[in-house]
Amino acid sequence: MWYLCVFLHRLLDYRRAEVEALAELFGAFDDHQLQRPLQWKLPENHHPDSPFHFVNLPSEELARNIANRTKRAKVKMRSILSGVFDGSSLFLRRFGRSGVCLLVKGIYELWGEGDNYEELEKAVTSYPEERKLPYLTTETTFRIVVDSFGKIINFEEQNERIQSLKFVPFKGRVNLKNPEQKFWLMETDNYGSNNGLPPVVQKRIFFGREVGAADRKLLPTYQLKSRKYLGPTAMDAEVAFLMANQALATKGKLVYDPFVGTGSILVAAAHFGAMTMGADIDIRVVRDGRGPDCNVWSNFKQASHHFLDFSSLLALDVCFRIALPFIGCDGFYSSPICFLRSIEYGLPMPISLLRADNNLPPWRQGLKEIFDAIICDPPYGVRAGGRKSGGRKLLKGVIDPYTVPDDKRTGHIPSTAPYSLAECVHDLLELAARMLVMNGRLVFFYPVLREDGTTNINFPKHPCFTMVARCEQILSFRYSRYLITMVKTGPYTDDIAELAMKMHLEFKENHLKWLEDGNLHSAVFSPASSVNGASGDSNFNRDCETKGANGKEKEFHSISDVIRS
Amino acid sequence: MRLLTHNMLSCNIKGVTNGFPLRIEVEKSMEKEVDFNIDFLKSIFSKVEWTALVEAARSLGYNDLPEEVVDSSTMLESSDFLKKFHHALLELHLEEGALICPETGRRFPVNKGIPNMLLHEDEV
Repeated sequence: MWYLCVFLHRLLDYRRAEVEALAELFGAFDDHQLQRPLQWKLPENHHPDSPFHFVNLPSEELARNIANRTKRAKVKMRSILSGVFDGSSLFLRRFGRSGVCLLVKGIYELWGEGDNYEELEKAVTSYPEERKLPYLTTETTFRIVVDSFGKIINFEEQNERIQSLKFVPFKGRVNLKNPEQKFWLMETDNYGSNNGLPPVVQKRIFFGREVGAADRKLLPTYQLKSRKYLGPTAMDAEVAFLMANQALATKGKLVYDPFVGTGSILVAAAHFGAMTMGADIDIRVVRDGRGPDCNVWSNFKQASHHFLDFSSLLALDVCFRIALPFIGCDGFYSSPICFLRSIEYGLPMPISLLRADNNLPPWRQGLKEIFDAIICDPPYGVRAGGRKSGGRKLLKGVIDPYTVPDDKRTGHIPSTAPYSLAECVHDLLELAARMLVMNGRLVFFYPVLREDGTTNINFPKHPCFTMVARCEQILSFRYSRYLITMVKTGPYTDDIAELAMKMHLEFKENHLKWLEDGNLHSAVFSPASSVNGASGDSNFNRDCETKGANGKEKEFHSISDVIRS
Repeated sequence: MRLLTHNMLSCNIKGVTNGFPLRIEVEKSMEKEVDFNIDFLKSIFSKVEWTALVEAARSLGYNDLPEEVVDSSTMLESSDFLKKFHHALLELHLEEGALICPETGRRFPVNKGIPNMLLHEDEV
């Protein structure tokens, strides 16, 4: 059945891919062999950047699961109760669930649409009665929400709009706070001028029943500024969650990040219940951090009472007062807030962190197909460069191999050499081909210089993998990064290893120009004149015209924010 | 470092062929609770080198694992076995110590629970 899927107006290229990943996670496709994407449609005359999309989903339950939690309140209450009585620091973990969609605002069963209210009335009236009446009975409570994209509808106008819906035979009682059914009236305007953005929408009115609505509460909880330990390239919480969704991270899965750094990506995977493992070449990052309470491990803890909304806090307060005599920890937990402060994120700690070099991984012979997903943001030399074992001079043969004397071995930090992106991606694909289970996912960022034009990009390939999604995030007018999602569809054999090496060498040759150490960095940061020559200005203009909308990085929480700004 | 990790690691010094299993030298070990997940245990079981796990668990003072798994499919139905397996694989934790290569005797130190598997210049 076709549903209206309304997206948030951000990370435009990631939105459909996320829904597809979640559909897979919630079992929309039974045969995993076929990576079938979902069917999508756009409203007439809408640009792909439009927040309104139609998606064909096999069931309403799936639509609700993707858009997420309609019956959240009840689950929450139960977990609070059992959590308090367990007295366990693990209870917040129960809030975590696999696959929270971040870019979907809501999924709706569309009852009608039109360019104006006459057309809308016609459409809604002709929508089959048996699809409408069960939601309009006298026993149901309901609410009508008026929403808009690209314009503001003030309170009186909203009321007028609601009054004009007389043609819908509502029989139930209105309940604004906690209705069983929510109906949405959404309007867009046609844009005359729109700041050079592509024409986003043509005036259209939608009316439909809410099937599921998203909740982005988890993001403020995990935002980077509330993290204890940060590095210069810590992954933004929203993007980390998107990566975890793409990797289908969920309970009972083992997720590995070979460039773990401060662990931001694993935090997201752990939130969805996955077991996590990480490695990094930098011992200072993984082992020491900035002290006993400021390291990778502490990013998985953190006090998080703001996870709960006010009503849950109130409920917790009541439970707490009842439970206090039984828990018997008088004094220390004098209020629920203190109690909650003592509680941690409750994220399961990584199963293991280790210091290892992705170029020379320490895995034993014969070990394969152990990880369910590998998620990472490889160092590609723009903000942080990769390193591998062996000194630069040593690898070039300028100096002869030397042996560190035994008395200096303790605490000796072996020298490292720059790790080019091509080599790094090759090692990553090899690692993933060997260590991922069949149908396991490899999710990673891949930088692309934009002066080559965005049409003809050579993405890395591997015979074991099928690429199922690539989502562009434009970082500057010089370069963007693609989030690549690959699924392991072929077994890893010696022949394939050989073939992959060949493909890798070809790839390296084609991209030598900028993949080698430092070149990407200089292409991104050098003055315009030296990179583009005289064409620098025209490039800039072209980019603004065609891709400006995608590049917008501002966060729009709701449609009205767009208008205000 | 959990024993799952230990079970995956070997000494990767150039030229070493028998770098597995690494011998565990314990200075400080502890137990860390991990959520019990049957599906995970069942899927990971076939990938674990059993003798290495038994040895490693013993070096951390846990002797309850059976020496050999004869009939894995019935064993994996027994919750008693799964609990022991879970405990040994995921909850035993080496905080301070070292991993020692069986072939060369090279010590890979484990500090604050993190094994340092990086090689020196002459070992690459």
